[in-house]
Amino acid sequence: MALDSKTVQDIARLARLRVSVEETTKFGTELSNILDLVAQMEAADTDNIEPMTHPFDATLRMRNDQVTETNQRDKFQSIAPSAENGLYLVPRVID
Amino acid sequence: MSIKTLTQLAGDLKNGRVSSEELTRDYLTKIDLSDHNAFISVNADSAITQAKEADKKRAKGADSPLLGLPIAQKDIFCIEGTRTTCGSKILSDFEAPYTASVVENMRSHGLVTLGKTNMDEFAMGSSNETSYFGGVKNPWGSSDENLVPGGSSGGSAAAVSAQLAPAATGTDTGGSIRQPAAFCNLTGLKPSYGRCSRYGMIAFASSLDQAGPMTHTAEDAALLLNTMAGFDQKDSTSLDVPAEDFTIMLEDSLSGLKIGLPKEYVSEGLDPEVAALVESAIKEYEKLGAQLVDVSLPNSALALPSYYVIAPAEASSNLSRFDGVRYGYRAEEYENLEELYLNSRTEGFGEEVKRRIMIGAYALSSGYYDAYYSKAQKLRRLISNDFDAAFKYCDVIMGPTTPSPAFAAGSRTDDPVSMYLNDIYTIPVNLAGLPAASIPAGFTQSGLPVGLHMITPYLREAKLLNIAHQYQLVTDWHMQSPSSLGGTT
Amino acid sequence: MFTWDKNWEVVIGLEVHTQLQTKSKIFSGSSIAYGAEPNTQASAVDIALPGVLPVMNLEAARLAVKFGLAIDAHINKRNVFARKNYFYPDLPKGYQISQMELPIVGLGALEIKTESGTKTIGITRAHLEEDAGKSLHENFHGQTGIDLNRAGTPLLEIVSEPDMRSPAEAVAYLRKLHSLVRYIEICDGNMQEGSFRCDANVSVRPVGQKEYGTRTELKNINSFRFVERAIEYEVERQIDMLEEGGEIVQETRLYDADKHETRSMRSKEEAHDYRYFPDPDLPPMVLEDSFIEEVRITLPELPDAKKARFETELGLNEADAQVLTADREIADYFESTADATSADTKTVANWMTGELFANLNKAELEISDSPISSAQLAKLLDRIADKTLSGNTGKKVFAALWDQEGEVDDIIDAKGLKQITDTGAIEAIVDDVIASCPDQVAQFKEGNEKVIGFLTGQVMQRSKGKANPQMANQMLREKLS
Repeated sequence: MALDSKTVQDIARLARLRVSVEETTKFGTELSNILDLVAQMEAADTDNIEPMTHPFDATLRMRNDQVTETNQRDKFQSIAPSAENGLYLVPRVID
Repeated sequence: MSIKTLTQLAGDLKNGRVSSEELTRDYLTKIDLSDHNAFISVNADSAITQAKEADKKRAKGADSPLLGLPIAQKDIFCIEGTRTTCGSKILSDFEAPYTASVVENMRSHGLVTLGKTNMDEFAMGSSNETSYFGGVKNPWGSSDENLVPGGSSGGSAAAVSAQLAPAATGTDTGGSIRQPAAFCNLTGLKPSYGRCSRYGMIAFASSLDQAGPMTHTAEDAALLLNTMAGFDQKDSTSLDVPAEDFTIMLEDSLSGLKIGLPKEYVSEGLDPEVAALVESAIKEYEKLGAQLVDVSLPNSALALPSYYVIAPAEASSNLSRFDGVRYGYRAEEYENLEELYLNSRTEGFGEEVKRRIMIGAYALSSGYYDAYYSKAQKLRRLISNDFDAAFKYCDVIMGPTTPSPAFAAGSRTDDPVSMYLNDIYTIPVNLAGLPAASIPAGFTQSGLPVGLHMITPYLREAKLLNIAHQYQLVTDWHMQSPSSLGGTT
Repeated sequence: MFTWDKNWEVVIGLEVHTQLQTKSKIFSGSSIAYGAEPNTQASAVDIALPGVLPVMNLEAARLAVKFGLAIDAHINKRNVFARKNYFYPDLPKGYQISQMELPIVGLGALEIKTESGTKTIGITRAHLEEDAGKSLHENFHGQTGIDLNRAGTPLLEIVSEPDMRSPAEAVAYLRKLHSLVRYIEICDGNMQEGSFRCDANVSVRPVGQKEYGTRTELKNINSFRFVERAIEYEVERQIDMLEEGGEIVQETRLYDADKHETRSMRSKEEAHDYRYFPDPDLPPMVLEDSFIEEVRITLPELPDAKKARFETELGLNEADAQVLTADREIADYFESTADATSADTKTVANWMTGELFANLNKAELEISDSPISSAQLAKLLDRIADKTLSGNTGKKVFAALWDQEGEVDDIIDAKGLKQITDTGAIEAIVDDVIASCPDQVAQFKEGNEKVIGFLTGQVMQRSKGKANPQMANQMLREKLS
C-alpha cells in the first residue's frame, strides 16, 4: 500500500511535524514499506478475539484522595524555555 | 584484561580489598580513556560523592550486597539534577527535576551512578544509530570495522562489554536489552511487564516498556534485579507482588527441565552460524539433564507487524508532550503557536522517531483504528495465548536472540524494515509481557558473540536466572572479553 | 417569553462538565483548591514531565458512581480510560485522559418540569476525564500565559440526549442537573469559578422532519441566563439562515454575552482527529458490586423524593415544596427548623419563603451564609406559637436576629417585646379604650363590624404592641355585646 503525498502531509500535520516536499516522497515510501509489513496482520483470523491492551489483563489500582504534592513551581520553571510571573509563555493563542 | 563481575567486585568491597571510591575512580578513568561513545553524560563528581557515602555506610556496618558498586544508567531514566536526554536533541539540555523510581530503588541499595549511557533516540532503534549523540562502537568489532552494539540500549551494552562499568541498566520494548546483550556478549534480562516501575523512565511504548539489568553473568543480573524491581504506587501498571530474592533458585539442578523449541524459530532469515551455536548451547542443556520438547508458536510471525502498530501508536501519543512549551528544546524561530510546535518538534526529533510518530498517528487516525490498532491488539492476545499453550508442555522456551550477529554501522539504516527484522525473536515476548533473557552462547567464525534467548512463564524470573546460571557454570563464553581489550577471542 | 416561528422545531442537547469535589486531582496528588497562585498546584504529573505516570483517584470514581445511581443509570462495572490526542498549550501531555467507548456511567434520565408540563430528558452517558489548564491572554507582551493549576482537576462530563425542544427546557434541565449534583455533593456547582460548565448542541428542523438539522456547538455559556440567551440567539440565527435559503455549517460557536451574539471559533474549525485509544498507563477500571452498594448507601434523599415527602408528610403545598427542595441546604434548613419548633410546617415555610428569603436576596446571601441559624428561627417561631410574640413583634425579633443582636429570648427581654397575656392588664386597657372612644363604640353596637379593628388597634397602641391582639379583640367583643 502506497501513501500519497497528501496523506503524508495530513499525518505530519496531525503529529505537528513539518515534512518538506522532498521528504514527502521519502517518508511516503518508507511509511508505505512499514505499512506493507503491517499488512501481514490481515492474514490472521481475529473474529471473536478480545483486544489485549495490557500484557497481563490487569485491572486499575486506585489511590486514596489525598493531597500529597507541594509547590515545586520554581524548580519546574527553571527548565522552562519561557516563563514569567509563574506562567509558561507561548505565542498568543487566538480563540 | 579479565572480566570482573558484580559478584566478584561485591566480594572485593566486602573484604576491603578495594573501596567504592577507588573502584569508582577506576571506572571513571576507563570511561575517560574509552572511544566507544558509550556515555552521553558522565557524572564524575556526583559518582565520587555517592561512592564516599557508600564507603562511610560500609564503615558503619551496612552490608547491602551491592553497596558501593558503580554502575551505568541508560539515559532514559530521569535522575534529578542530571541531564536526561533519551538520546534526543529535543531533551539535549533537559535537566530532570525528579528521579525515576528504579534509580531511587538502586540508590537505596547503595549503588553508585557513573553516568548515563548512549541509546537510540527515545529507545527507537536496534543499532544505536538513531542517537542524536552519535553511534556507539561495539567493543567486539575489529579495529577496521565499525560494528553496531545493537540497540536501543547500545551504550549500556558497550559500556559493560568494554568494562567501563561492571553492569548497567537497560530498557526493553521490543528487544532493546536482549539484542544488544547478544551483540556484545552479555547477559541481558527483560523482566515480566510490571516488575520494575516505569515511573521516571521516559516512555516509548507504555504497554511494552520494561527496565532490566545488563550484566556479565546471570548471577549478577539476579543481584541487580533485586535492587531494581519492586511495587511502586506511582505506576498503575506496577505489579503488587511480594518482594522476591531472584538469586534464590540459582543453584537448583536443571534435571528434568523441559525446554520448548518452537519450530517457527527456524526461519529463513536465520544465520546458519547463529543456528548452529544455539543448537550446541541447547545440547549443553541436555547434558545438564534437560529434556527437549517441540512446541509451536503459530502466530509468532504476526508479532512484528502487530508490534509495528502498537509501539508507534503508543509512542506517537507519548511523544506529544515534547512541544517546546514547558521544558526541552524550543525552536529559535517561530511566528506563532503552530510554528512553535512544528519547528520545535521537527528540529528536535530525528528521522526514525518521526517515522514512528507518523506511523502511529496514521494507525490511530479515524477510519484506520479497527484495521490497525484494534487488529494488532487482537493479534497480541493470540500471541499471548500461543505462549500459554506452549508453557503447558515446557518450563522454558529457547531459541536465538537475533537472526544474525552484530552488523556494520550504516549497513541497514537506509531500510527501516530490514532493521526491524532484527527483533523478530524478541518482540513476541514484549507483546505477551513475559520475562526473557539473552545469554552468551559462543562466537561465530569471525569472532562475533551470539546470544541464546530464553523465555519463561510470567513472573518466573528466578527460574529463568537459574536456567541461565547453570549454563554459565559449565561454559565460559560469558567470561570472554573482546580482543580489543586483550581478551582471548 | 422567547418565541419563534412554529414551523420550525428546535433540538437541543447539552454537555455539562462538572468538577468533582475531591481534594486532589484525578491522576495526581496535587490540590484542586481554586484561586491559588499560577502553577503552584501543578506537579510533575500535571505538567507532564517525561516519564511521569497517572494514578487514578478512587474518590473521583466514587462520585461518578454516585451520580450514576442518582439518575438511575447503568453503571459500567468495567470502564476504560482512553487518550484523546490533540495539541493545545493548556493540555500538557498533548492528550487528555478521558473515556470513550466504555464510560463509567451509561444510559440514565432526568425529569424536568416547565410551564408545558413534565418531561423526561435522557442522559446518554457520563464519563470521567481530566480538566485542562487555563490560557491567560492579558499582559504578557502579546504572549499567552499558561497556568496548569486546573490541569488534572477531575471532571464528570454529563452528556444528554438531544431531547430538549426549547431554550426553556434546556434551562430547566440544566437547573435540575445543577441542583442534583449539589444535592448529592459531587460538585459545588459554582458557575463563576467554572465548576459547572455547559456546552449546547443546537439545531433546528422543519416540524415533521425526522432527520436532525445540522448542529452547532455553543461554548462559553457559563450562567443559566447566558445558556438561555445564547440558545435563543442561535435558534433565531439558524432559522433566519435557513429561511433565507442558506446552510448551517457544523462548527463551534462562542457566545459573546456583551454583544448577545454567537460567533464562529475559527481556531476550532480545523477538522479534528482525536485518535482515541485505550490509555496503556491505566488498565481498565473494574468496580465490584459491593463498592457500588457502598456508594448507594451514601446517596441522600433526592430532590423529587424529598418534594413528594414535603407535600404528603409535611403538608406543604406544591409551590412551597418546590421552592424548599430546590436546593439541598434550603431543604436541610427547613427540616431542621421544622424539627426544632412547635410551630406548624406551614408557618415555618411561610417565614422561610417570606421573611428569610427576602432578607437573603436583598443581602445577596446564600442560605449557608444566613446570619440567622435554623435553631434561632425555630426558637422565634416557638415564641410566636406560645404567644410570647405576635406576628408583628416576631418580625422585630427577626430583624434583630438578622443584625446579630443576640438570642431570641434576650432580644425579647432587651426590647421589652414580651406580649401581654395577663387578662387583668389587658382588661384595664380595654376599659380605657371603651371609655375614650364613645363614637366608635356606638358604631360597633349599631352593627359596624369593621370598627372592632380600630378599637383593637387602640388597645395595641396603648400597650405599645405587647398586648395579645386575639385576647384584646375577644375581650372587646365580650364587653360590647
